[in-house]
Amino acid sequence: MQREYVMGNGAIALGALAAGVNLVSGYPGTPSSEIIETIQKYKGDDVYLEWSVNEKAAMEVAAGAAYTGARTMVTMKQVGLNVASDPLMSLAYVGVKGGMVIVSADDPGPISSQTEQDTRMFAEFARIPVFDPTSPEEAYQMIQDAFDYSEKYNTPVLFRPTTRVCHAYASIEVKDEYKAKKFEGFVKDSKKWVIFPRLSYNNHMMIEKRNISIGNDFSEYCMNTVTGSGKKAVFASGISYAYVKEYLRDRTDVALVKIATPYPFPEKLVIPVLREAEEVICFEELSPYIETQLQRIAGVYNIPVKILGKTTGNGRLAGENTSDYAAYEISKFLGETLPESTDLSDAPSLPVRPPVLCAGCPHRASFYAVKKAMAGKKAYFCGDIGCYTLGNAMPLDMTDTCLCMGAGITMAQGFSHLDKDGVAFSFTGDSTFFASGMTGVVNAVYNEADMILCILDNSTTAMTGHQPHPGTGINMMGDVIEKVDIVKILEGIGVKIIKIVNPFELEEAVNAVKECAAAPGVKAIIFKSPCIALFRPLKKAVITDKCIQCKKCIKEIGCPAIIIENGKVSIDNSLCTGCGLCSKVCPVKAIGGVDNE
Amino acid sequence: MNKDILLCGVGGQGTVLASKLIASAAMRNNQTVHSAETIGMAQRGGSVTSHVRIGDNAYSPLIPFGSADIILAFEPAEAVRNLQYLKKDGIVIVNSIPVKPVTESLQNTGYDGVEMIDYLKKKCSSVIVVNAEEICKAAGSSKVFNVAILGVAVGTGKLGLSRDSIISEIKDRVKEKFIQINMIAFEKGEQIGANYEIK
Repeated sequence: MQREYVMGNGAIALGALAAGVNLVSGYPGTPSSEIIETIQKYKGDDVYLEWSVNEKAAMEVAAGAAYTGARTMVTMKQVGLNVASDPLMSLAYVGVKGGMVIVSADDPGPISSQTEQDTRMFAEFARIPVFDPTSPEEAYQMIQDAFDYSEKYNTPVLFRPTTRVCHAYASIEVKDEYKAKKFEGFVKDSKKWVIFPRLSYNNHMMIEKRNISIGNDFSEYCMNTVTGSGKKAVFASGISYAYVKEYLRDRTDVALVKIATPYPFPEKLVIPVLREAEEVICFEELSPYIETQLQRIAGVYNIPVKILGKTTGNGRLAGENTSDYAAYEISKFLGETLPESTDLSDAPSLPVRPPVLCAGCPHRASFYAVKKAMAGKKAYFCGDIGCYTLGNAMPLDMTDTCLCMGAGITMAQGFSHLDKDGVAFSFTGDSTFFASGMTGVVNAVYNEADMILCILDNSTTAMTGHQPHPGTGINMMGDVIEKVDIVKILEGIGVKIIKIVNPFELEEAVNAVKECAAAPGVKAIIFKSPCIALFRPLKKAVITDKCIQCKKCIKEIGCPAIIIENGKVSIDNSLCTGCGLCSKVCPVKAIGGVDNE
Repeated sequence: MNKDILLCGVGGQGTVLASKLIASAAMRNNQTVHSAETIGMAQRGGSVTSHVRIGDNAYSPLIPFGSADIILAFEPAEAVRNLQYLKKDGIVIVNSIPVKPVTESLQNTGYDGVEMIDYLKKKCSSVIVVNAEEICKAAGSSKVFNVAILGVAVGTGKLGLSRDSIISEIKDRVKEKFIQINMIAFEKGEQIGANYEIK
């Protein structure tokens, strides 16, 4: 035993290993990605681990394994759960034999996501239990409990940390060795494992009754707590509970209720609190989930209590909570005044720092090549999820749409079918292509779309922290595999024109785009150059005295390594990677120091 | 005793390693530590913060406003952006060299950090201004400011962690061939911190 300082995601991983997990699968997505990376670091040979091609695949791999009696965990971010929702909804009816925990990390803010959806609502929708940890330390224990409840009730369970729990650090006792569970193996029984309308009806009936029992069970679960008592009560869950604690500390004159299992709601635990209180406030992120549960319970049991929260204007409808916002709402609720804070309204205006493509990022060169080739022509640029979403930033301004994983390809088809004059482009990363781009290409070829499929292949899953994928030639078991070849996939689907270019060979890249734009049908351009965070060249660009200060380099490509210093264009050497794109943009060849001077 | 330390800067400046060094040094002293980092999209050139909370009296991983004992700012505007976290008599240690965002170069508003440093001095009782370029030049690497700023904090005697505990962490966590340049940076910073009179 030793203590280690780990991220919340690390605590979840170590807790799963301590619970004897046999198989872990998942797809990268902030804030969940480090769970699988931690499993890889600590697991023994008896644990199978994979980055799956997407969340649906990950869910099904984990479900199959859980049918054998093994303990399995599947990890994803909240929008990944949408992708995996098809198997999840059915799996909820069928159930599992070994414990199966689905980690779906929510992202209030949102800090790095498309939506502010609430996995607690998803749990209720799917009729399966959900666990909501308030800290890394609690997550470590709670995920072990989640496996036990899953096995006790033969149901998959959800586990939903939020960003601030996933990315918080705390010290956790780490075992020296982890032993995976011994399990029986799959026992054939088609009446149990094959979903049919009759089974669904019977199991639905069973599930609704069972969930009442689980709610009663959860009322006694040690992580659902009531501390203090009084006419005023505060209900909180997840990281919001920690924020409330920061204000209330160890006071006992207020009832503080922590809801660790929002669904099935621990009704029996909270009824006495509601009966004693005159007024309660719910402090939670995303949906007013606890709040509507309390409204329901107060209605059903005819309890005359005033319930405050998001629906009464006493909580933020969107965005994340903070300690300071908790102090504001809770002090107001308790009729207390906060100490005055320093007035900073006279601060000078601060530079805005939207995230940008890194200096030297090959995506910048790819976008620039398409932009140059299509200058003055009508075109639609359908983006996708990944670092290259940042192609939307000025001055590139090369992302017209972004919706969800893989949508760029199919949305470009939408444009192409209705507008024959404009050229429809989609931009998809290599990992996204494998995750949910391939079927879109089949759809485009089958339905005779006219479009250009740009695959920005940087040989990694960059945005989420450089996870391997089928095209990288390695997997999470440490095996070297034959790379799944994007070109062969496209050929197999029937894409007739496939160009492979290095985006930093600007002229060649521009010509490839022009050629594709002139041809009919579905065309593909693979812009191939590795992520600079993985392969950082050592050269630096140098602005020579030929520079006429026209600032074209800044206005055209917006590289963070090109800055204005003392009124003059200069290079920030700590950022420059010597990619040379700026030297190709310069009209007077004033940028040297790189290969193509 | 509780210490809340806020590190702030721009993605890529090395705030994460600095916060890890502080946290693990505190753990080495058997103190309870919690921390939180910015991870994900904001790391690509966005504003980043690390909250490090040492002691048993912390309930959430994020420091509440008005509670930070020290702000270690890797960039002048980021110090101002996070000033609401500082305690009344808290200390700000700030790099005077600005990181100019692309939007700034495009619009050319002339942001150079000077106005930010002036504002910090107007608002806070103790502001230690450090020129990262000078330190890095002296140490011979552009990547050592994160260790230098820790040196400044140790030098003030207000970090609550001993010199030795931080140095042991540097030696554990930094690649061997870079230890020497990091030690030069640390000691340069330490001198600056020791020479500053905290009000």
